[in-house]
Amino acid sequence: MLPLAAVISEPSLFSLEHLPRLPQRLVELLLGNFGAPEWLVSIAGFLVAAGTVVGVFLGGFALLSLIERKTLARIQNRIGPNRAGWFGILQPVADGIKMLTKEDIVPDKAEKFLHLLAPILIVVPAILALGVIPYGREWTPVSLELGLLFFFAVGSLTELSVFIAGWASGSKFPMLGAMRAISQMISYELPLIITALGVVMVSGTLSLPHIVEQQNGGFWHWNFFTPWGFFAGILFFICSIAEANRCPFDLPEGESEIVAGHMTEYSGFKYALFFMGEYLGLFAISALGITLFLGGWQAPLPGLGFVPTWIWFFGKLAFVIFLFLWIRGTYPRVRIDQLMRFAWLCMIPMALLTLPAAGVWHFTGRGLLSWVLVVPLLLVPWVIVGVIFNKRLAAATRTYTFADG
Amino acid sequence: MVSAPSTYSSAPILEGSDADQLLRVSLGPQHPSTHGVFRMNVVLDGETVVSLKPVFGYLHRNHEKIAEGVTYLSSMPYTDRLDYICPLSNNWAYASAVEKLAGIEVPERAEYMRVILAELTRLINHTAFMGFILGDMGAWGSALMYAFRERELILDLFEDLTGARMMANFMRFGGCRNDLPAGWAEKCSVLVDDYGPFLDEMEKFLVGNEILLARCQDVGQLPKETLINGGITGPMLRAAGVNYDIRKADPYGIYERFSFRIPLGDKGDCYDRIMIRFLEMRESLKILRQALDQLPDGDYVNPKIKIRNFKPPVGEAYARIEGPKGELGFHLISDGTVNPYRYRVRPPSFINLTLLEDMCLGLDLADVVIILGSIDIVLGEVDR
Repeated sequence: MLPLAAVISEPSLFSLEHLPRLPQRLVELLLGNFGAPEWLVSIAGFLVAAGTVVGVFLGGFALLSLIERKTLARIQNRIGPNRAGWFGILQPVADGIKMLTKEDIVPDKAEKFLHLLAPILIVVPAILALGVIPYGREWTPVSLELGLLFFFAVGSLTELSVFIAGWASGSKFPMLGAMRAISQMISYELPLIITALGVVMVSGTLSLPHIVEQQNGGFWHWNFFTPWGFFAGILFFICSIAEANRCPFDLPEGESEIVAGHMTEYSGFKYALFFMGEYLGLFAISALGITLFLGGWQAPLPGLGFVPTWIWFFGKLAFVIFLFLWIRGTYPRVRIDQLMRFAWLCMIPMALLTLPAAGVWHFTGRGLLSWVLVVPLLLVPWVIVGVIFNKRLAAATRTYTFADG
Repeated sequence: MVSAPSTYSSAPILEGSDADQLLRVSLGPQHPSTHGVFRMNVVLDGETVVSLKPVFGYLHRNHEKIAEGVTYLSSMPYTDRLDYICPLSNNWAYASAVEKLAGIEVPERAEYMRVILAELTRLINHTAFMGFILGDMGAWGSALMYAFRERELILDLFEDLTGARMMANFMRFGGCRNDLPAGWAEKCSVLVDDYGPFLDEMEKFLVGNEILLARCQDVGQLPKETLINGGITGPMLRAAGVNYDIRKADPYGIYERFSFRIPLGDKGDCYDRIMIRFLEMRESLKILRQALDQLPDGDYVNPKIKIRNFKPPVGEAYARIEGPKGELGFHLISDGTVNPYRYRVRPPSFINLTLLEDMCLGLDLADVVIILGSIDIVLGEVDR
C-alpha cells in the first residue's frame, strides 16, 4: 500500500480533534508502510508525540513571555513591548537572540558542573510532567496508570534544581534564595498533594485521563463545582502559586530583597533556561489543576461537543494563567515567616479537611444529603480558621489624630 | 524634655562559637531596592539581621565645598540636585537662608508662589513614595506607574513655569525667577481638584490590602525618645506621634495664614509612616486650595535685589523649612565677599538614615528593604 493511501484510509486522522496526534500517526503509518520493525515504529511514535508536546509548550512559553509583559503593562497603565514586529509579536525572538548571544558567566567559586546542571534540571522535570496530562480526548502524550503520582514525583525535582542552583553558585544571594525556596516549596507541596488526594478518593484512580472522563457532562460535574472540590481547588490554586514561585509567593527570587534569588549568578542562556523552566512549570501545574478540578478537556456544556476537546483545555489553561498574571500585577509579596505560617496554620488544616469532606461526598451519593453534610463540614472550620488566623496575622487599619498647633 | 538615649546603636559582638554561622551580605551599591547607590553591610543569622552598617558616599559630589568657591546664586542649580525628587523645596530652603543672611524682603506674591510650589513638591514626593514602597514590597511597579502618572501632571506644571521638569532652578533671593505664566494658576487649581479623588482611589487599593498590613505593621518601630535624640524629623518623627512640623513649630514664609492640621501617628512603624504621608497629602491639598484662592497680584521678586556682585554682610544664618522628607536646613557663613565662607546643608534624608540599624536589628532581611523605603531617602541628598 502506498503511504498516502494508508493515511487516507484512516478517516478520523484529519479531523480537528485528532490534529495534535497527526504527526505521530503519520510517522507510525509511514514507518509501518516501509516495513520498519514494530519496536522502531512505537519508539518513533513516542518521540514524535513528545516532540509535539515540547513544541507546543515551547511555543506557549515564547507566547506567554510576551503576553505576560503585555498584560502586566496594561495592568500598570503602560503599553508594553510593541517595537519588535506587529504588536510586539517578535519580542520573544529578540529576547531569545539576546539571551543566546550573551556571555555565559560562571562565578569563580561556583561548582562548575552543578552550576550547569541546575538550569537543565529545572526544565526537564517540567517537560516530563507535561507529558502525562490529557490535553484532549485523543491526545494524551503518555497515558500512565499512575499519572498523578508520576507528576508529583517529577515535580518535586524542581525544588532540587532550585537548591542546586542556589548552592552551586557559591554566592550569598542565591544561597538565601535557595533556603527560602526549599522551605517554601516543601511546605506548599504538602497541601498541594493533599488537595489532589481528594480527587483521587472520589475518582478512585490515579490515571489522569480517567479522572477527566469522570467529570463529563457539563460544568456542574466538574470537581470544582462540588463543595469539597471548591475548597480543594482554591487551595490547590494558592499552592500552585507558591510552587510556581509566582507573586505574592515569589520569595525565592524576591527581586527587591535578594536581587534574583537562585538565579542571581546565571546569565545568558542558562538564565533563559530558568525562565523556561518556570514557565513550563507554571503550564504543568495549571494543566494539572485543570485536569483535577476544572474537568480537563471536557466542554463546559453538553451541547458543545463539536469543538475539539483540546481547544477547551487550552482555553481553560489561558484563563488560569491569566489569573496568575493578574495576581502578579496586583499584590505585594509576603514575608517568609508569614508565608510559612500561612502554609502550616491555614493551608494544611484546610487541605486535610477536604479529605473527609470528599469521602462523605462520595459515600452519601452526591445528592442533596451530601450537600447538607459537606458544606457545614467545610464552612464551619473555615470560618474558625479564618477568624483565628485573622486575629493572629492581620491587624486592623488605624485611626490617626491631628494636631492643629 | 526627653531623657538621654539608652542606646543609639547596639552593634553586636561577632565573636565566639556562633560567629562562623553568620552570613555577611553586602546589600548594594548595585541592588534593586537601595534607592540609589547605597550600601548596607548586613550580617545575617539565617535571615535575621544581626548587624547592619550603612555605607554611603558613592554619590558624593562635593556640593558644599564647591558652593564655597562660587557666588551665592551659582549654588542654586546645585540645590536642585540634592533631593532631586523635590528640587523646589531645596531652592526655597537655600533662598531663605540667603535672605536671612542678607536681610532681604520677599514680596507677597512670591511667598504665595513658593508655598504653592513647595506643597506641589510635597505631593510629588509623597506620591512617588507610595509607589516606591510598594515596589520594595514586591508589587512590581503597579503602584509606581499610577503614582508616576499623577507625578507627571505636576511635572507638566513645573515645566510650564520653570522650563524644566525636575531641575527647576527657580527660586531667587527675594522671590522667584519669573512670574506665573498666564493660566497657570487655573491649571494648578484643576490639578488640586483632581488630586483628591486620586488619593481616595490609591488609599482604597493600598490601605486595606492584607499583605501590606501584614508587611508594614509593627515593623521598624523605635521609641519617641530615640527618634528625637537621633535628630529624626519629618513624617518619620510624626508617625511616632511627636508633634513637630516646622510649618507650625517655627513658621516660615506665610504658613501662618493657612489653616491645616498635622497628622500624627501612634506606633511609628512603617504602616504609620505610609499613612501619615497619605494624610499629609490631603493637608497639602488644603493649603494649595487656600493659597491659590488668595494668590495676590504684585512683584514676583523683590525689585531692589542686586543680582550682580551680590555680597551679603558679614554674618551667619541658618534657615530651615519643612521639606517633604523632614527638616531641610542651610547654614551659611558670610565673610562679606561674593562667595560664602561656609556652606552647610542639613539634609533630612541623611539624618533620618542614621537610625537605620536600630530599626532593623532582629528583623528579617525583607523588612530591611521596607524600612529603608519607609525612611524615604534620596541618595543625592544623603551623599551631597
